[in-house]
Amino acid sequence: MAKSHSTVLAHHFDSIEQQREASSLGMWIFLVTEIMFFGGLFTGYVVYRTIYPGVFAEGSHHLDITLGGINTVVLITSSLTMALAVRSAQMSNRKSLVIFLILTILLGLTFLGIKLVEYGHKFRDHLVPGFGFSYPGPEAGHVELFFVFYFFMTGLHALHMVAGVGVLTILLILAGRGLFSAEYYTPVELAGLYWHFVDIIWIFLFPLLYLIGLHLKGS
Amino acid sequence: MIVDRVEPRENYLNADYGIKSWLLTTDHKRIALLYLVSVTLFFFVGGVFAVLIRLELLTPQGDLVQAETYNKLFTMHGVTMIFFFLIPAIPAVLGNFLVPLMIGARDLAFPRLNLASWYFFILGGLIAIWAILAGGVDTGWTFYTPYSSSYSTTYVAVTILGIFLSGFSSIFTGLNFIVTIHRMRAPGLTWFRLPLFIWSLYATSVIIVLGTPVVAITLLLVAVERILRVGIFDPALGGDPLLFQHLFWFYSHPAVYIMVLPAMGVISELVATFSRKNIFGYRFVAFASVAIAVLGFLVWAHHMFVAGLSVYGAMIFSFLSYFVAVPSAIKVFNWTATLYKGSISYQTPMLYAFGFIGLFTIGGVTGLFLASLGIDVHVTDTYFVVAHFHYIMVGGTIMAYLGGLHYWWPKISGRMYPEGWAKLGALVIFIGFNLTFFPQFVLGYLGMPRRYYAYPDEFQVLNVMSSAGASILGVGYLLPMIYLIWSMRYGPRASSNPWPATGLEWRTPSPPPTENFKETPVVTWEPYEFRPREEMEVIGKLNINDESG
Repeated sequence: MAKSHSTVLAHHFDSIEQQREASSLGMWIFLVTEIMFFGGLFTGYVVYRTIYPGVFAEGSHHLDITLGGINTVVLITSSLTMALAVRSAQMSNRKSLVIFLILTILLGLTFLGIKLVEYGHKFRDHLVPGFGFSYPGPEAGHVELFFVFYFFMTGLHALHMVAGVGVLTILLILAGRGLFSAEYYTPVELAGLYWHFVDIIWIFLFPLLYLIGLHLKGS
Repeated sequence: MIVDRVEPRENYLNADYGIKSWLLTTDHKRIALLYLVSVTLFFFVGGVFAVLIRLELLTPQGDLVQAETYNKLFTMHGVTMIFFFLIPAIPAVLGNFLVPLMIGARDLAFPRLNLASWYFFILGGLIAIWAILAGGVDTGWTFYTPYSSSYSTTYVAVTILGIFLSGFSSIFTGLNFIVTIHRMRAPGLTWFRLPLFIWSLYATSVIIVLGTPVVAITLLLVAVERILRVGIFDPALGGDPLLFQHLFWFYSHPAVYIMVLPAMGVISELVATFSRKNIFGYRFVAFASVAIAVLGFLVWAHHMFVAGLSVYGAMIFSFLSYFVAVPSAIKVFNWTATLYKGSISYQTPMLYAFGFIGLFTIGGVTGLFLASLGIDVHVTDTYFVVAHFHYIMVGGTIMAYLGGLHYWWPKISGRMYPEGWAKLGALVIFIGFNLTFFPQFVLGYLGMPRRYYAYPDEFQVLNVMSSAGASILGVGYLLPMIYLIWSMRYGPRASSNPWPATGLEWRTPSPPPTENFKETPVVTWEPYEFRPREEMEVIGKLNINDESG
């Protein structure tokens, strides 16, 4: 076994290939559990949206489509830079790997920053459930339900982003030390899978939460 | 003595010493022992609540505890037993120990994740115990909303946090098993050469991975509703309590299979070894595990027949619930067929296997009663249901767990347990169990509701029988604990294959070395290929006991 392998090959695997396959399968299964995790929330959302379609559209009007739209673009761009980071690792290009990881982290932080601004607006407008929520109108309780789902779903998503940024930062340090190469890039690849997954969740959240109003107006 | 010549060698137990070497270990066998100790502790915590419940029900009046205390007792009994004993017991203890050994791997795919899963389990358990000490929780283990989310004044959110964390422990273990079984099998060990215990753990892991996140998010929503006072499930605030039940049972019905599928896997191993025959219809038994995993996800709403489900919904779920009995029955029939003309030896693990088949059959058949709409409406929320799920979950899971623990004890500890005491223990548990829970079928059918701390006088005789049985059962559970601990020091040394069985785990010394196998084994034989032992010894001069030397 080559010397360069033995530093990254755990004792209980026979080959680097076996280790890579195991890690990759593990990541996919983890993502399945994540889908089920968010799936419970999506189910709840669908049920209540079916019961209170008008109220959900009303609540949706209070979300900032512009900021949400910008964030969608930011996130999709970050998926691109992440994919390029994985490719750089596969090409053993340490310098571009570092650059693309930094870009991805920055885009992730931008997303979180914009999200924070949005949350700030909601606080100002008393639209945060449980924290002095007040809404004029007869359906206040159900509008609050919409915002419960808004904050829970986007909050959980943001939490995943924070975790992702943390993981990428660790990878950045390791990449700086030159750990990754065409022979060993599994961690970068798996972090990429995770990052794309979190992006995809947002791709569902954005229309479900922000664009309901547009949809109802159109019909 | 020959045995002594073999003995002083390094194994996973003496490879390293000190508390730290245990708490920071990544060896799957040591982690299994950590789980063994911790689930045993939780079992006795849950057992204390059971004793108090049965003491209260000895007399018709509520003279031992008040209604509120009684609610807390049965809730904490359910919570500790289900989430901290029955669900982790077989996968986390026997599974952790055996999966790599049975497939010829050196460890699970992610050893550090495995250790992390134990820490999540302990953290969750300690938080749950803290909730008990702080004042308990009174919602029932099902946490039905809106009572749990809006009205109960007890420690609901804390308990939920504990369960939530232990859920991660399950998910990590399930994920680890799936990856390990897929990627780390020894050369030649094809899917249809896998032991049936591995098949059942694989199916179980699939359920864990798909179901646990859903219950986690559901319980989190309950906690959010409690803490922020917003209406997710509370109809007074615009929420939907039925949605909670759907989400909750989507996991919690399959959870029954998380408990009983690994049990079935253990029983397959025991039946094969102690009747010295290949399991009749090996592939059917393997596929039945997968079928149970799939069908188990389609029957959850049979818990909701009286909760406001539409008539058609109830009919469909009733039909599907019948359907899930088919793969279970396949297994029972195939075990019976395996026993037919087998050369059966009645050692302790086999006694537990017989116990399992008997109790599981009773529990399964009464499950069909409950799946049929009309009867279900009559016995819903009575002791009939209590008896049914205790037969399946306690009768099934614990019988298999104890049977498996005895069967693999020589491998785990390197020592034999005292056979006489063990047989006595199995007998006492079987008698105690039936005396405790069979009267509850009658009680329930006669109309005694569950979760009441007092009852009309006419139910007393059956309740006294049940409580008497519970005390016998308690003694039965203490027995193995005492003699197994005793055997760790004083039991006779075990050979590498004392039964003699066919699996890979028996082809390495007892207890195994840290790396499990000196060389990765190459599998060239079919599962449960019981050749006459003499033949092996004569032809290859292969004394299986000597491989360790």
